[in-house]
Amino acid sequence: MGNKVLIVAEQRDGVLKKVAFEMLGVGAELAAALGGGVEAVVLGTDLGSLPDSLAEAGATKVYVADDPALATYSSEGYTQTLAALCERVEPAILLIGATAMGRDLAPRLAARLGVGLASDCTALQIDGERLLATRPIFAGKALAKVKLNGDPQIATLRPNVLAAPEPVTGKTAEVEAIAKAAGESRAKVVQILGAGEGEIDVAEADIIVSGGRGVGGPEGFAPVRSLAKTLRAAVGASRAAVDAGWIEHAHQVGQTGKTVTPNLYIACGISGAIQHLAGMKTSKVIVAVNKDPEAPIFKLANYGIVGDLFEVVPQLEKEFKTLLSE
Amino acid sequence: MNSIVCLKEVPDTETRIEVRDGKIVEEGIQYVVNPYDEFALEEALKWQEQAGGKVTLVSLGPERARESILKGLAMGADEVYQLADDAFLGGDSFATAKALAAAIRKLGDYDAIFCGRQAVDDDSAAVGIMLAEMLDLPHVSVVSRLDIDTETRTARAERDIEGGKEVVELPLPAVITAQKGLNEPRYPSFRGIRQARTKPFAVWNVADVDLDSQEVGAAGAKVEVVEITPPPERLGGRIIPGEPAEAAKEVVRLLREEAKVI
Repeated sequence: MGNKVLIVAEQRDGVLKKVAFEMLGVGAELAAALGGGVEAVVLGTDLGSLPDSLAEAGATKVYVADDPALATYSSEGYTQTLAALCERVEPAILLIGATAMGRDLAPRLAARLGVGLASDCTALQIDGERLLATRPIFAGKALAKVKLNGDPQIATLRPNVLAAPEPVTGKTAEVEAIAKAAGESRAKVVQILGAGEGEIDVAEADIIVSGGRGVGGPEGFAPVRSLAKTLRAAVGASRAAVDAGWIEHAHQVGQTGKTVTPNLYIACGISGAIQHLAGMKTSKVIVAVNKDPEAPIFKLANYGIVGDLFEVVPQLEKEFKTLLSE
Repeated sequence: MNSIVCLKEVPDTETRIEVRDGKIVEEGIQYVVNPYDEFALEEALKWQEQAGGKVTLVSLGPERARESILKGLAMGADEVYQLADDAFLGGDSFATAKALAAAIRKLGDYDAIFCGRQAVDDDSAAVGIMLAEMLDLPHVSVVSRLDIDTETRTARAERDIEGGKEVVELPLPAVITAQKGLNEPRYPSFRGIRQARTKPFAVWNVADVDLDSQEVGAAGAKVEVVEITPPPERLGGRIIPGEPAEAAKEVVRLLREEAKVI
């Protein structure tokens, strides 16, 4: 077994996902504890200066698989290439972002390598030479600390939880081109459909403004969307609002939606059902606006305003606008 | 078109989860069919209505899960194979996928395997995809829309990604993991509930799927749970008083000066 940490740096359209840097940060700490380095691999085509960015963020070596066949993600194509790399490099730990891509890739790669997987981790440390991973279960109603037997130890890291290191301008690393492994992917991505123009996904957002039953209907999301736009935030929703058909499921936060960790979560007209709270309670700061002073959301909120969201939310927007224009 | 649906019983999402001595307290938990597995089953039933064939449930879990499995039969599945040997229990995604793969290999004769995108207890979102790899099948995960061409035996699926969807084409047989929004699961009819108890219900042990008890369940797991803890308590509860304009102004000030998030 080696003592390296290898991270899979995901890029879309030539832009690295933020979680790649977050993994380099924690990866460097884990590698230091094991006496090795943190290395990165990036797959795609026309990757330009991405290896330099990874080096500046701490990667001691960058493997680049540049091939038109890797331009769009495919589970089997990426699995074959990464499995071949893992067998050669023998990392002790392999980290992948818990993104739509990473959550699709990691189980396939783990099964290919005959090892287990710690999914969607929120903390990673070394305990007795082995990885000790913390992962929320029951959508965050409990935390499990797990260890993996077998190598490499594969974990996916939840985005937005750990800090990314400050890049060191001009820092370089060895770059090694690697070949795409032979073989076709049977499942092929033939098209990518964007969401509404400029919409930010709740899973990636720094700020989320969410609406619940209290918005009363699809039109009731107007002040929520407007505030989100001002803050360049994502629009979230509770299950009640999604199940009522007021907004698409992609916006749902909670146990049958997305678990989120933004810096700021503003809950508007959300009472706080257990399954919703589970999905957002690790937000750094929570603001709640609700008519009902007994609403459970207030017990979690750092700042609560008891009032009608249709009066309070536009006022919040006005104040934010004033602040942001200063 | 023959489909296999993997179904798991899980605690209801409205259930409060209590942790004591590093473990989940099981008393008082209400169990239901994993919500994402209901979308998987509904999709299989929908394609059965269009293209014929049968829908087979495969479920790994304790004896207790019988009631949830019966709900699957009441919704319209034709038969069930429950992997209920104690040796199957306590596994991780890998060991569970291995057992399901062995059972499905034994059953054979399928065009699609439908799973939920994840079970809402363990949240690993890994079993369906590992199953595909172990059976050497293509897969598409987190599917919110599916079209199947039964003539050419190909599927076209939309899967949710950040801020959009990927359209994926793949040949059958394949593993498809269902996202919320794929369909609206039906409620069992009275007739369905009556018929459920008369449908074939097989219980398989480790030998029935040609595996060794060391390969599955807790013994075959590659992930060891060291400890389970409750999440850190969140100290909230501060209400900012005043009229909307006043309270809003104060909250925005606090977000900048105290919380420093804006």
